[in-house]
Amino acid sequence: MSTFVQITVLMSSAIETGFQEKIDQDIRIEPRDWMPEAYRKTLIRQISQHAHSEIVGMLPEANWITRAPTLKRKATLIAKVQDEAGHGLYLYSSAETLGVSREEMIDQLHQGKAKYSSIFNYPTLTWADMGAIGWLVDGAAIMNQVPLCRASYGPYARAMVRICREESFHQRQGFEILLVLSKGNEAQRRMCQDAIDRWWWPSVMMFGPNDDASPHTAQSMRWKIKRFTNDELRQRFVDVCAGQVKLLGMHLPDPDLVWNEARQHYDFGPIDWNEFREVINGNGPCNKERLAARVKAHADGAWVREAALAHAQKNSIREKAA
Amino acid sequence: MSDQSIIDYILHLGDNALVLGHRNSEWTGHGPILEQDIALSNIALDLIGQARYYYQYASRCINAADGASRPFPGHEALTEDVLAYHRDAWDFRNCLLVEQSNGHWGKTVLRQFFFSAWQFELYGALRHSRDSQLAAIAAKSLKEVTYHLRWSGEWVIRLGDGTEESHTRMEEALGDLWKYTGELFVPADYEKPLALSGVAVDLATIRPAWELKVGEVLEAAGLERKEGEWMQKGGKQGKHTEALGYLLAEMQFLQRAYPGCEW
Repeated sequence: MSTFVQITVLMSSAIETGFQEKIDQDIRIEPRDWMPEAYRKTLIRQISQHAHSEIVGMLPEANWITRAPTLKRKATLIAKVQDEAGHGLYLYSSAETLGVSREEMIDQLHQGKAKYSSIFNYPTLTWADMGAIGWLVDGAAIMNQVPLCRASYGPYARAMVRICREESFHQRQGFEILLVLSKGNEAQRRMCQDAIDRWWWPSVMMFGPNDDASPHTAQSMRWKIKRFTNDELRQRFVDVCAGQVKLLGMHLPDPDLVWNEARQHYDFGPIDWNEFREVINGNGPCNKERLAARVKAHADGAWVREAALAHAQKNSIREKAA
Repeated sequence: MSDQSIIDYILHLGDNALVLGHRNSEWTGHGPILEQDIALSNIALDLIGQARYYYQYASRCINAADGASRPFPGHEALTEDVLAYHRDAWDFRNCLLVEQSNGHWGKTVLRQFFFSAWQFELYGALRHSRDSQLAAIAAKSLKEVTYHLRWSGEWVIRLGDGTEESHTRMEEALGDLWKYTGELFVPADYEKPLALSGVAVDLATIRPAWELKVGEVLEAAGLERKEGEWMQKGGKQGKHTEALGYLLAEMQFLQRAYPGCEW
């Protein structure tokens, strides 16, 4: 090995050690700081997936805006879906600080190269789904996201603080939708239980594969992008929901759900990982429709974006000429 | 001036806001770019908020009316939701303009611009209404409408001026929508006595300012307005285009399928 190469290797390993020391001391990494390429890539993957999930996640709920049962519910639902668009914006911006553009990320989504949360590939069939999504899906998202407010990358952590605040509001709204249904007539109670039945297991799967099958967890935890494992968060979610469902007078669709005194946790039944894999691989009930809706909105908007750009250019020429 | 006139007028103002708010909300999640998806959803929210004020006021008026002459019998205590979800198209008093389908983004922003330019002038005048409730709603909503007008006007200019394609699309949109703008200035039967007594706005007084604003924006957009074209009307009297029935069928579905429920 030449002296030059030796020095370079030593230097880069010293920088890398310095980086890990900062992480260990809970010092935030900022966009201009040196970071290992793998750290950058992991963050881009995770933040862009999260941003895409917010944007695709607008669709199943927007599906009920025009059919919301009261004016108050309609306004609240529009505001909620609008919040999700806002979350998508903060997250795309935070990923852009890592050197990737929003256009690139959106292209990857539209070409099927980037993933988004599989939960949004399930259909919203009744009004109660707006409640179940708020309570269970947003509830699971919050479990995942609250620890991300302490993630080591500054722009991501700061975006998550604001997102979590809004998500917890959404979750309470969702639970309240179900609470009203649970106190309603027989059809409404049926609607409520049916939505819980359909959204429970997909929500439990939102935490991702079991720890022994999660390839990225160990490194992400060393880098403090992640603070808890998938299974830890999943257990916490099950424990919370098993208590809350009693307030609704409904039940979770799991015959194996039982309090375990020794563990001080609820035991729960086996997860259908086959379904999880199928939905991730494109075979969920709405994968094609969700992606097609995003691609269509983008394609239909192309002439609008081009015109806005052309007008701005013409304006700047006119201003220079004036 | 009868109780019915003021109720019809309040419903006219509320129905305009609800129907256009509903139409705009059809875009939520499907806009051409995220920032504009958020902006149009915001306008939808403002309009639905306005509709709620009007319906709440109308229900108070109706609930206070005598049994025999009371409109919408069969509902013991009227609420904003009874008015929104339990009336059929012939009871809606909105202008035809707001119920027109969204079409493409250009048609949506042009529809918004025509309406906001009208609502801006209307609310400016309605702030001085002798009816203190209407005056208060107008004063509060005017801030929102000022933004709607600026936003939609800028989009009309951007698209009219932008590319050949966007210009052609805006010409098409103008062709589709212009014929619904005349009705904005035709007073309905219930409106005339209210305008005389200083409760409603005399539409003739706000027309010049609307014409001026629309003229300026269309000129900046390089679009030519149609002169002497036939103007459609009827919405304010409950005679609507076919579009409204479908909108209501979708909007009212849950209330109709499960009557008498809390949501």
